[in-house]
Amino acid sequence: MNAITPRRRQFLAGASAALGAFTLGFRIPLAGEAAAQSAPATPEVNAWVVVKPDETVIIRIARSEMGQGTLTGLAQLVAEELDCDWAKVTTEYPTPGQNLARGRIWGNMSTGGSRGVRESNEYVRKGGAAARMMLVQAAANQWGVPAGECRVAAGVITHAPSGRTTTYGAVAEAAGKLPVPTDVALKDPKDWKIAGRPVPRLDTAAKLNGSQVYGIDLKLPGMLNAAIQACPVFGGKLRNVDSAAAEAMPGVKRVLRVGDDAVAVVADTWWRAKTALEAVKIEWDAGENAAASSAAFKEVLKAALDASQAAVGNRAGDAAAAIAAAPRKFEAVYYYPHQNHACMEVMNATAVWTPERCEVWTPTQNGEAAHAAAAEAAGLPPARCEIYKIHLGGGFGRRGAVHDWVRQVVLIARQMPGTPIKLIWSREEDMLQGRYHPVTMCKLSAGLDAQGNLTGLHMRIAGQSIVAGIFPQNIRDGRDPVVFQGLNAGGGEAEIGYGIPNLLIDHAMRNPHVPPGFWRGVNLNQNTIYLECFMDELAHLVGKDPLEFRRGLMANHPKHLAVLNAVAERVGWGTPPAPVDGQPVFRGLAQTHGFGSYVAACAEVSVSDGGELKIHRIVAATDPGHAVNPQQIAAQVEGSFVYGLSAALHGECTVKDGRIEQTNFDNYQVLRMDEMPKVETILAPSGGFWGGVGEPTIAVAAPAVLNAIFAATGKRVRELPLKNTSLRRG
Amino acid sequence: MAKLNVNGRVIEFEVEDDTPLLWALREQLGLTGTKYGCGVAQCGACTVHVDGAAVRSCSMPVSAFDETQKIVTIEGLSPDSSHPIQQAWLALDVPQCGFCQSGMIMAAAALLAATPRPTEAQIREEVTNICRCGTYNRVIAGIQRAAGVSTAG
Ligand code: FES
Ligand code: FES
Repeated sequence: MNAITPRRRQFLAGASAALGAFTLGFRIPLAGEAAAQSAPATPEVNAWVVVKPDETVIIRIARSEMGQGTLTGLAQLVAEELDCDWAKVTTEYPTPGQNLARGRIWGNMSTGGSRGVRESNEYVRKGGAAARMMLVQAAANQWGVPAGECRVAAGVITHAPSGRTTTYGAVAEAAGKLPVPTDVALKDPKDWKIAGRPVPRLDTAAKLNGSQVYGIDLKLPGMLNAAIQACPVFGGKLRNVDSAAAEAMPGVKRVLRVGDDAVAVVADTWWRAKTALEAVKIEWDAGENAAASSAAFKEVLKAALDASQAAVGNRAGDAAAAIAAAPRKFEAVYYYPHQNHACMEVMNATAVWTPERCEVWTPTQNGEAAHAAAAEAAGLPPARCEIYKIHLGGGFGRRGAVHDWVRQVVLIARQMPGTPIKLIWSREEDMLQGRYHPVTMCKLSAGLDAQGNLTGLHMRIAGQSIVAGIFPQNIRDGRDPVVFQGLNAGGGEAEIGYGIPNLLIDHAMRNPHVPPGFWRGVNLNQNTIYLECFMDELAHLVGKDPLEFRRGLMANHPKHLAVLNAVAERVGWGTPPAPVDGQPVFRGLAQTHGFGSYVAACAEVSVSDGGELKIHRIVAATDPGHAVNPQQIAAQVEGSFVYGLSAALHGECTVKDGRIEQTNFDNYQVLRMDEMPKVETILAPSGGFWGGVGEPTIAVAAPAVLNAIFAATGKRVRELPLKNTSLRRG
Repeated sequence: MAKLNVNGRVIEFEVEDDTPLLWALREQLGLTGTKYGCGVAQCGACTVHVDGAAVRSCSMPVSAFDETQKIVTIEGLSPDSSHPIQQAWLALDVPQCGFCQSGMIMAAAALLAATPRPTEAQIREEVTNICRCGTYNRVIAGIQRAAGVSTAG
């Protein structure tokens, strides 16, 4: 322990002082604040549950809340098994340092891949159930009766034969001293009372009055602010830095090199740091990527569509022979560009470094990965580093696998030992230093028999691998399994929904110098566009109804079919939609399976003669197996359409002279309210499995709309985003 | 030097004239409820009220204001989250990550002040704030609820 290092309590005091500097009068405590301050006073029942003498139940959440509602969903699962009073539930994050010190008792902290509920539901429910058993046992011990004679409801324990009652708060301390049971039975989901219900989120109130503290809002005593610019050409380095003018500007404390590829200005306020950074004259050595462009890389991808070497993702029969022998053949090429996550809250972190210890406060989707990044940059063992996870202003994958901004803040803080440094990226830096959705191209080749049945399909994906960019050690024999999301032969996670007798899906990996990242929906997004638009093309080619054509291939995929049927039934597929404002309305379908859930969508659009697209309504169906909070699933489905349609309509990061051209929301447009369709969510949990809900629906957004656009205009858009194609008639 | 009337109090503080109102609120006054999203008047995360009208504070220097103009931030919208927009937001669980929501709430409140019963088309037209989590449909429903107009149609 180091005396000059601010501890979490001091940070909270600092934050409170900052907020209180200007009378608010209605401050709501931070989500973790009450818990963090009480934690030393109230011993835990077990790793997941603390019950305070006043009956407040603190549920520990290992995953990160970034808007997706996992905090509430996971708390519901623990509370369900705990049988506590839901009205008394609050939450807190255990730290990555505590997780390390306790042998990863809270498991994986990574929050991505829509994994929060689907991967941890069993052990968090067991945590809640074990805590209940310990609390009941503690009461039984006090009364000298068998635990089996006690019942519990909403945190009140009753000994039925004698009528005696006590509460969780009264026995929690004794319960915490009992051994944690290992033989724990879970409730049948049909008996759930808290889980499975559309309860309100636990974190809404603080988001209504400005009191929710995000990373960007942190304030520590004595803290300075940093603005940064890294080489805009990926892989480039600093050649020369002239900081004389910047150093003379108001509030500026230091101008620093950060590694070999970035410059930071540290000042009393961030605005002064950012202003001074613009006055630093930086000469870059752009390196070997100085001339790279999206246009040139497109040629690389085109060539790879026919490359002889490719990693196989899914193979059945002999696709090449079947296509060669088919009386009817069809081929199409699709393209999907780089995109930035563009979280509403830019990357940021606050760090204090001393030779003994390094502490970092940051919004992160993966506290453990942030911890590792901090330790490496700090030059200290992980046990001497700590990460405090702060509520995220969006994550979408950007704040998960790679913690480049954490590395930077620690490298800055190391140059100013003992001084807390808050690093905030400008939006421009956030746009230029992303970890981008991978760029891919896809050629689909089909063979059809005389009756119009699909007999052979070859799907050649050419392009970037996220895994090769981030976890190259996971590439085996040149194969990145994540590339085939939604196209796998089985596996229960992301399986193709069609039975095609002769099928080959392969990937010719081609990696540009642009760093890739897991981007909400990941590879399912473009794969679903490729497959679902092509299916629509084939149906029209052979003169079949797109729904009937799909159904003909889905006999062995009943769960995929069920969600597709659900949306078709809801929209009244087969009966023409009513015109809107005199414009005829057209429909398009898409379905897929990803992150463990089955999803389908039907979009209703109109396109004016001038080419103006209106997306009126989208009906979406989701089968996530079990549904923990239906109203939050609906929110995720709606949000998925915003994310997916932003990408489909506008999302594109292009490279020129080695650097990303899009710098802010003026040239990287996203969906706004005027373009937002109505969304109707059909939640159809069929039980027996646990699927994620934060991502899969994104994948059906674009293809449903693109297929509806074809129905409306006869134009087949194969290159995203849509803004680059005119839908004008004629 | 700036002299501003913020949330009903007049405050005088040291700052360069060209500092955006957003950063003066956040850094000099400690009012961090108002958010930075783009700095170029695109996203609306920094929306505050100036004499009741919605203003994107990232793109206005403090020198554009004096103590005669009433600036209200999310912290001052109501003393206890009782503004009809805040109440509707709570009832419908509008926020996801919440980062855009201060600006969204301020934009919605200004819209209602000017147009007490906005049509859905007016809401879509007037509230141009960006939400990356995708809360738009609940924002529309929230404004309609606060305005006491039906959410149908
Ligand atoms: S920060 Fe002001 S509009 Fe985006
Ligand atoms: S709620 Fe996250 S950006 Fe709007």
